[in-house]
Amino acid sequence: MRHSTRIAVGPVQFRIGSDWAEPIAALEHLYAGYPQDDTRPSDATVRLFAARPWRRWLRPSVHIGGDFVVPDALPLPLSMGLLAAEMGMNLQVALGWRRHMLLHASAVAKDGRALIMSGESGSGKSTLAALLGEKEGGGDWRLMGDEFTLIDPAGGNAFAFPRAVSLKNEAIAEVAARVDPSRLGPLLAATPKGDIRHLIPRADAIAAMHEPARPALLLFPRFGGEASVEPMGEGEAFVRLTEASTNYVALGEAGFAALTRLVRETPAFAISYPDSAAGIALVEQLWAEAAK
Amino acid sequence: MADRIYRAAPADALRVEPLGELTAIFDRRSMQTHLVVSPMPEILDAMGADACNAASLAARLAAAFDLDATEDAQPILAERLRELAAMGLVERA
Repeated sequence: MRHSTRIAVGPVQFRIGSDWAEPIAALEHLYAGYPQDDTRPSDATVRLFAARPWRRWLRPSVHIGGDFVVPDALPLPLSMGLLAAEMGMNLQVALGWRRHMLLHASAVAKDGRALIMSGESGSGKSTLAALLGEKEGGGDWRLMGDEFTLIDPAGGNAFAFPRAVSLKNEAIAEVAARVDPSRLGPLLAATPKGDIRHLIPRADAIAAMHEPARPALLLFPRFGGEASVEPMGEGEAFVRLTEASTNYVALGEAGFAALTRLVRETPAFAISYPDSAAGIALVEQLWAEAAK
Repeated sequence: MADRIYRAAPADALRVEPLGELTAIFDRRSMQTHLVVSPMPEILDAMGADACNAASLAARLAAAFDLDATEDAQPILAERLRELAAMGLVERA
């Protein structure tokens, strides 16, 4: 690879190589505030490479590669190199990580306890986590991650994976209005996932990224419709989280034990909300009850 | 249909965790997770280490849960045993 960089997000050390300088420069901007340890071996490698050597000069397009490759990964135009790097990082972690049970969920923490939100794309889990992480006055939430939450199979604690938050579509304006523009990456317009803009987490969230938090509340948000709260039984939460875990099967009995413990010890609710303000209010209300 | 005889998986092969209305069962041999509802956990419990068929299982469950009319239960239990066998949690003795 002609250009490369190393990025540490939570416990994962990435090495990212690219045939082009631009995605690497963009990543180095987004991850400038993250701790650097050049002596640490990398856990996952992401490569953004040209489909054919001459295509780097002719019609540049980025292919995603690495330790694992999805056969039908989209070749993305060079302007989407940053998105390709993000997708590559997600892919390597989702498929390759074994030290923790990986949940496709966002998380925020307060007083050493974690609120974990699991949902499909469009559920608003990322936006809720980002907004809680930026909340001023009465906030004190630490963003643990907008995409993945790691659960230690031995002790049951949650660990952060605070990559740059991937804001999508309407969430971009909502969050951009509250943060310093220097914390936002370039607008990636009309990607296969819609408009995307990255948010650099707050410096205190990055500094605390290795601190564990005890799971205290599990939420399954759904954006749209009347505000509602439905308590969820242990069995349903277990089923939903097996679906939300990318490495549950690979972890074998350790994953089974970690997940049964998580759903037994953590109250779970499905929530619906019509807008972010209502969603935040519901989350705070449930947290106040769970944290008693 | 003949009342087939089955044997439950050895006790150390399964990890059974009740989760409210569902019971999660991890099979250490296949590494598979099975989610079952009543009466599957009760059937596995009642089978213990012995080989049994639907008739003997009905008698055991009737004793354990203070039920009667075990004849009605037999075809249902035979069906449940076939399902447990399909999951690999019991096998033909």
